[in-house]
Amino acid sequence: MRPLPTYVAIAGLLLLAPIAIVIVLAFGDQSALKFPPDSYGLRWFTAFFADSRWQKALRSSLLVASLSCLISTALGFMAAYAMVRGRFGAKKLMLSMLLMPMIIPHVITAIAMYFVTAPLKLVGQPLWIALCHAVVSLPIVLLILLSSLQGVDVNLERAALSLGSSRLGMFRRVVIPLAWPGIVSAALFAFLASFDELVISLFLAGVRAETLPVRIWNSLHLQVEPIIAAVSAFLIGVTALVLLLDVTIRRSRQLMIKLPAGDAR
Amino acid sequence: MTSDRQAAPAGGRIELRSVTKRYGRERVVDAVSALIQPGEFFSLLGPSGSGKTTTLMMIAGFADIDEGSVWVDAQDLSSSPPQRRGFGMVFQNYAIFPHLDVFENVAFPLRARRLPEAEIRTRVQAALELVRLDRFADRFSRQLSGGQQQRVAIARAIVFQPRVVLMDEPLGALDKNLRYQMQVEIKQIQRRLGMTVVYVTHDQEEAMNMSDRIAIMNNGRIEQVGEPAFIYENPSNEFVARFLGEANLVKGVVDSVDGPFGLLRLASGQRLRARVAASSAWQAGEAASFFIRPERLVLISDAQAPAHETQTEQLRGKVLRTSFLGNILRHDVEVDDAAVMTVDEPNASGRAPVAAGDRVCIAWRSQDAVFLKA
Amino acid sequence: MASKRAVADGSWLIAPALALLVLGFIGPMVLFFARTLISQGGLPELAALVTKVVTSEAVTTALIKTQWIALLVTLAVLLISYPLAYYMANRSGLKFTLVLFCIIVPYFTSIIVRTYAWMVLLGRNGLINQTLTSLGWITEPLELLYTETAVVIGMVYVLLPYMVLTLYAAMKSIDPSLMRAARGLGAGPFYVFRRVYFPLSLHGVISGSLIVFILAIGFFITPALMGGPSDVMIAMLIERAVEITLDWPGAAVMSLVLLAVTLALYAVYYRVTDVRRMMGA
Repeated sequence: MRPLPTYVAIAGLLLLAPIAIVIVLAFGDQSALKFPPDSYGLRWFTAFFADSRWQKALRSSLLVASLSCLISTALGFMAAYAMVRGRFGAKKLMLSMLLMPMIIPHVITAIAMYFVTAPLKLVGQPLWIALCHAVVSLPIVLLILLSSLQGVDVNLERAALSLGSSRLGMFRRVVIPLAWPGIVSAALFAFLASFDELVISLFLAGVRAETLPVRIWNSLHLQVEPIIAAVSAFLIGVTALVLLLDVTIRRSRQLMIKLPAGDAR
Repeated sequence: MTSDRQAAPAGGRIELRSVTKRYGRERVVDAVSALIQPGEFFSLLGPSGSGKTTTLMMIAGFADIDEGSVWVDAQDLSSSPPQRRGFGMVFQNYAIFPHLDVFENVAFPLRARRLPEAEIRTRVQAALELVRLDRFADRFSRQLSGGQQQRVAIARAIVFQPRVVLMDEPLGALDKNLRYQMQVEIKQIQRRLGMTVVYVTHDQEEAMNMSDRIAIMNNGRIEQVGEPAFIYENPSNEFVARFLGEANLVKGVVDSVDGPFGLLRLASGQRLRARVAASSAWQAGEAASFFIRPERLVLISDAQAPAHETQTEQLRGKVLRTSFLGNILRHDVEVDDAAVMTVDEPNASGRAPVAAGDRVCIAWRSQDAVFLKA
Repeated sequence: MASKRAVADGSWLIAPALALLVLGFIGPMVLFFARTLISQGGLPELAALVTKVVTSEAVTTALIKTQWIALLVTLAVLLISYPLAYYMANRSGLKFTLVLFCIIVPYFTSIIVRTYAWMVLLGRNGLINQTLTSLGWITEPLELLYTETAVVIGMVYVLLPYMVLTLYAAMKSIDPSLMRAARGLGAGPFYVFRRVYFPLSLHGVISGSLIVFILAIGFFITPALMGGPSDVMIAMLIERAVEITLDWPGAAVMSLVLLAVTLALYAVYYRVTDVRRMMGA
């Protein structure tokens, strides 16, 4: 089937091309966008890291994403554990409710949040923004952790308790170590979801807590300048780093579990 | 946590008082009562769904008790969480912590009790030596065979000297030969350390091999409790009779009872003589079953048998088939009133050959047979 | 007699997450819709508002535009994705990983970056125009950006991974021995595809299309940045109502419409995937 591999190759290149082009442009050295650039340099990255407004946006993004990641992962872990081990009715209903933010268009969620944020004077309040981000990243965190915790044998928990461990000790010494790859994964994706979140931040960030994506949005309405390419390349770098971390941590854990049986006999 | 150090296993007397568990309207464990003595090896034996594992889980504290209570050494532990009960527990799938090595697995309960490091090392070493795994201390579960993992589980369950150890079909995943070996080992360890063991299994041979007493469970109820030899020869009903081994059960009607023995009349008119359980009262005309183990029956060729039709410890019949089972020969004999009885004969040399179609006579001693209530 | 509870099973651990949901999602939603709609007065006033909004030219145009674009996007995504997913479902190792890489990287890249990338490509001084001009194919730069086509391209680029992954999952469950059996019976490759493979992949097609369509009708960022003045999707109207005209009641009504359609389609999606799961079991 000759045409298929050719098609796939072209499609694959077309999928990566836009992102690759942005990265290449970011390393260009001119004041206007030109592809391929005549010369290369770190000019626009330097500009990005030197500009106080962009840096403020970066710090804001980092703060909100870190808080959001913490909230989402902690609450998601507890909820996932309750779903996997707890016995209560309406589990399906609660799960559907917790997954709802994934389904509802972000615009509607965002303006509903804005509706209560403005009167409460919480616009630009990082913790509140982080909370709202956590609401929409919770579904992913839940799904990852549900899968992860289902892989922890319940007898291991029972064994720990029967051996005299407290419930907290059981979590600390058995459940969390065994669910660790899932927890890290969930945390990384929660961070990324918040870092990339635009629509909710548009309404809730205001000027005080303008995040990186919001700044890009505002800049794009004015003019498509090269510094945005550098910021975008930076964002791509963050994404790549997160994905790399996730794969690495999962791989190393799998290697640990799959050690070949030694001379056991 | 108040129970920091476990007392040496003086104690371990378990009392189940009418323990019941319901799932919806169904009673999976129905008013189960039992008294287990300190240091006793007590088995809960039954088919799957009999409630034996659920009962164990209630003793352990992993299942809520709906009615009744569990008392250990005169303390009501029914509402006590598992981590406070201080019982060792061994699971069928071993439940070895995969992220800790063997040493840390066995040390786990000692660390939970915050024992000093030196003492932990001594105790873990002793426990590992007891299960002959002392050279495997730095291995992980994925590097161990099933039998080795189970021994780690046992070491872990006894290292903190619990007064009671609960075992939930621990040998179920092992192959036959290994299982027998482990049975002996477990029994030896229990004898040495003196703790009470409550052991759940569906394998009657295993239960009889290891236990001081067995409780046979069916449909959430205890059918019979007793020493293995006793309940094997004196089952209280048909279910127990069949569950513990091959059983011959012939239906009839009580003809008469005379002291410890009685006569059962079959449909064909033939009367069979057997023991009657002293605990039950029998009335003439009552339906009953004649019970005897296949290995207690003897085949006599028709020619040698006496001709009396009134024989009460013999039945005439025709051999249907003979199965070779290795150490025994099993004959299925159709007796005159269209029942089939199984006769087990040791595969000894010099026995008379028996072929299908042969007319034979089955004989027994009346004290080897029992009447069971229908 | 009350049962003796020895087992603390941690069911309460779900409470904080539920609290967050109420605080940050359900609460605001309920307040938003209730306050804006109830502040209209009684039911007749409410009905009047709804009618006014829904029948207004801006909204009707936007609704039609939204569905049209969503349909185009879904179709385009389907056609592009199908061969990709087929390739992935029938390859393993390096080839599979490479294609997966090409799907995953855009998927996880921020939507604003992806949209920006296409703006860079399609702009007046963008890449495509520069290349075509330097090749001498055109003299005047093409108006590629701020058109409906640009919006469709941008949305296709963002939504492609959803369809590919859905189709891949569906195709992976197709038993290859069925194809072999059909060929063994003498059927040609196109016939086998038409009568055996495609029907078996159909539930993936339907699921994927539903997901893409549902996501597409709620799109805001891409059409806002890449569309022209006449390319207004409903989500943009909602945003404008809140940010610019401060017309909260109007925003509420439009949101309700969008929400209703979204939930209705999700109900269909849920049914379709559930049924297939049962049939596949």
